Amino acid sequence: MAITAEKSNNTPLRKILKSSPVPRSLKYLRLNSQKAMRERKKRSMTTASLMVITMGSGNPLPVGFFFFEAGLFRAVAIELSVAAKVQGYANMHTQPGNSYKIYLPLNFHFLFKSDINIRPTMGTIVTTGNKGKGVRSDCFITLELTDQGGMLLQVESKVAALYGTDIRKKITEMMNFFGIVNATVHIEDSGALTPVIAARLEAAIHKATKTDKEYLIPMLEENKYVTTRDRNRFSRLYLPGNTPSLMINAGIHKPDGIILDLEDAVAPDKKDEARFMVRNALRGIDFYGAERMVRINQGERGLDDLDYVIPHNVNLILLPKCESPEQVHAVNDKIKKIKKKTKQDDPVWIMPIIESALGAIRAAAIATAADNVSSLAIGLEDYTADIGTRRTPEGNESFVARNMVVMAARAAGIQPIDSVFSDVGDMEGLRQNVLRSKALGFDGMGCIHPRQIRVIHDTFAPTPDEIAKAQKIVHAFDVAQERGLGVVSLGTKMIDPPVVKRAFNTINLAVKMNKLDENWRETYEQV
Amino acid sequence: MSKYDKLEKNAAGRVVPTVINGRPAIPFQGIGKYKPTGYKAAPKIVSCADFPEDGNKVVPNLKEALIKAGLRDGMTISTHHHFRNGDLVAGQIFDIAHEMGVKDLMWFPSASFPCHEPMTKYLDDGTINRIEGSMNGALGRFTSEGKMHGLGILRSHGGRYQSVQDGEVHIDIAVIAAPTADPFGNCNGVNGPTACGLLGFALADAQYADKVIVVTDNLIPFPCLPWQIHGNYVDYVVVTDQLGIPEKIVSGTTEITKSPDRLLLAEWSAQFCDEAGLIHDGFSFQAGAGGTALSIGIYFADILRERGWKARFARGGSNKYLVKMLEEGLVEYILDGQTFDLEGVRSMRENPTHTWTSPFTSYNYHGKGNFASLIDIVILGATEVDVNFNANVVTHSDGYLLHGIGGFQNCLFGKTVILPIPLFRDRIPVIRDEVTTLCGPGELIDVIVTERGIAINPRRTDLIEKMKNSKLPIRPIEELKAEAEKICGVPEKPKFSDEIVAVVKWVDGTVLDSIRRVIS
Repeated sequence: MAITAEKSNNTPLRKILKSSPVPRSLKYLRLNSQKAMRERKKRSMTTASLMVITMGSGNPLPVGFFFFEAGLFRAVAIELSVAAKVQGYANMHTQPGNSYKIYLPLNFHFLFKSDINIRPTMGTIVTTGNKGKGVRSDCFITLELTDQGGMLLQVESKVAALYGTDIRKKITEMMNFFGIVNATVHIEDSGALTPVIAARLEAAIHKATKTDKEYLIPMLEENKYVTTRDRNRFSRLYLPGNTPSLMINAGIHKPDGIILDLEDAVAPDKKDEARFMVRNALRGIDFYGAERMVRINQGERGLDDLDYVIPHNVNLILLPKCESPEQVHAVNDKIKKIKKKTKQDDPVWIMPIIESALGAIRAAAIATAADNVSSLAIGLEDYTADIGTRRTPEGNESFVARNMVVMAARAAGIQPIDSVFSDVGDMEGLRQNVLRSKALGFDGMGCIHPRQIRVIHDTFAPTPDEIAKAQKIVHAFDVAQERGLGVVSLGTKMIDPPVVKRAFNTINLAVKMNKLDENWRETYEQV
Repeated sequence: MSKYDKLEKNAAGRVVPTVINGRPAIPFQGIGKYKPTGYKAAPKIVSCADFPEDGNKVVPNLKEALIKAGLRDGMTISTHHHFRNGDLVAGQIFDIAHEMGVKDLMWFPSASFPCHEPMTKYLDDGTINRIEGSMNGALGRFTSEGKMHGLGILRSHGGRYQSVQDGEVHIDIAVIAAPTADPFGNCNGVNGPTACGLLGFALADAQYADKVIVVTDNLIPFPCLPWQIHGNYVDYVVVTDQLGIPEKIVSGTTEITKSPDRLLLAEWSAQFCDEAGLIHDGFSFQAGAGGTALSIGIYFADILRERGWKARFARGGSNKYLVKMLEEGLVEYILDGQTFDLEGVRSMRENPTHTWTSPFTSYNYHGKGNFASLIDIVILGATEVDVNFNANVVTHSDGYLLHGIGGFQNCLFGKTVILPIPLFRDRIPVIRDEVTTLCGPGELIDVIVTERGIAINPRRTDLIEKMKNSKLPIRPIEELKAEAEKICGVPEKPKFSDEIVAVVKWVDGTVLDSIRRVIS
């Protein structure tokens, strides 16, 4: 059946609407003039929406309205703005070129019995986020800027009954913040927390507009802590920067550090939106005391990444594929610039990652490149690829490079940190790897799954023998102090100061890891 | 007949109807407070003269069996759920009823699964008036939207047995799908191509129904041993091509969890049990077949192995991990309510100390004791709990019915009940001020383990005392709730109409809570 455009106030649909009960939830209805319609034909729109609004309690009477813009055929176009809360709705986004039968009940059926072809047209439409099977704690946002019609918000959420109002409120608030008046926002939500929704929407707005405004969610009080240079870094848990579901509970597994990764764990076309996700995670997700680290991208992109993380109390920056001290300087210069602008004082540590032969050769220069380089790490997957071989469990191919990193770090007085162990199912293999790592002199390693944390901690931790030996040394030190002696001795053997210092470190670590009671001295009897 | 009438507030403070589907009902009076009077129900007396002398009760097909059984409007038809999501029989019954123009049947399953979703069309057209049992997934959604003609009733496994025994539910026709049967009607679940382990959920049906039809895809000559169901209860035997889809009969959850968060819950639960002295030589436990529960079982096994102890018995859901513990000598007996995988089926067949149980022995509250109260440690799940330790297992926080009660209520009588549950699921906080639907009273729930802390019911002063020096994060439940709301936001309450669409019964047949229609 042909659908013809008519004068705006007298269209068939308008007549029907006048005669049938107007839904309570409908505030107003506007129709395009024919002139506007002709102008619109020149523009394009890729989506049409079908909204079914149920009215009131009792048996819901579905009343269908839709709006679309037709490229090829004249039609009545209705712009619908629903300001009040609708009681229920469904949305259907059409795909370009497909046909759809739309049966609307009661008064509308005679208008739309036949197939309707909706031609795709172009507009400012952007998408951010993730959806689909297996996606949890995230959302997918489709944002379309329009030039009139007000704000149309479509929320599909598995938590709509509990947080539907909250989601709408947040989106409305953000759109107002960015001064966007005419748009369609469609959110497909899989239980995303507020910081995630805010990140996804802001990323969409930035994508669609040229704004440089930032919508900052409140910084949790729990996230306002600093870390020290020589803090324990046995484990650092990598978290893909665009996968919020892995961030929410990361801290409960008690890694020493978490790494919000903007580099290899994020697909190239998602790197922009990942910045907002990481920024909001630094502000709004509690990592329960883990050191908050971000691995930035290489090169210029990485320097730009810093704008999204430095102002938000990140504790440490990982610098991937570092091959020169100049790269460290460039990052540090940018950090200083940002901190000056934001008036921040707290330290931000840098951990360069050696991932190539050139990086290994320059390890010493990199380790001493700046005062805030706290540790030096090695990334073996990229390193072995760079030298033209592959990684093996025995690690012979990387033996020299690992030693060079350890030596460079120790010489610079910073921590050497080993690479990740990739097989998350092999706990014994991990344990052996940690033992080798510890034997080479590393102070910690990366991990890619929370299951690895316990094994790494337990294996890097002092053994009972090491603790017993350290207790003897510290006890001997205490005795020497009491007697006013300058030399610490155990039996006939003199104990050098560095050995005493190492013993104290071992004791402190053992106490911290609950392997030794902090009041051990009270009951200690030397054997 | 109106769906329900005469609302009253019960002892749990919930408003419930006292007339349901035209019959009187008793509101919940407190745990152990309601004492039944009268005698058990009994089926009609019959005579061998009316049954084939050669013991061959085989009829050509299910339709003929149903016709011979006298299928007509308003009857109660029962089925069991040992085939879980692989069941092919229940749907056929109502296809036939629909074809015959029969209306207003009451379907009385021991549980329902997603494969039963096509039943919604029969609920819609009035072939089925209502379901008493469980309403899962799409059936639950259908019920929550107020579309069922009669009032739904949810019962636990033990409650189902109790309702039949007490005469609250009269089964007109029981259809028992049996993996192996003989022409006399003896049958079991351990043998045959669609072996499912046991037929315990069909016991009440066999004992009390007016007419009993056994459907099998593996007819063997008399005798069919072991006879988990006696042919002396059976009227007709039907042979069909396939009872169920074997790969769907086996549960998809008989693997330990790989989720690090769930593993943490499992580890803390086991550690709690150990530190509180709940695990000892000769103890007993029931851990279910979800990923987290299975993992707890693994931790128990490690502790037993390390200390040279044995569990006297474990109640199942049997699965490969429990079977391994049995065959390793860490558990002396498995008392099995349903098998969840093929290892469970094999073990039941081969191991004399792996024996089947029924809701009568394990869970029936109107009996001379049951096994549930003998168990030292019970591990259960929940969709919600509240600050008074009450639990919900049937609706989610959006108010939609999505699960059945299963053995949950019955297991609450174990000596220590532990619920390892995440603090929130997909933004939905699990700890609420008040549960949406009350399924388990808080007096019976002892410990809630979440990934952010463990709450001990204040009534369990013994556990609080034992755990006072523990390094586990013991925290008040109110604090855990506040943390969840800080992370997720304070949730709105779902909107319900005044209309009641289903009720939850307690183990003693009293009405514990009402489920109202969701306003979408």
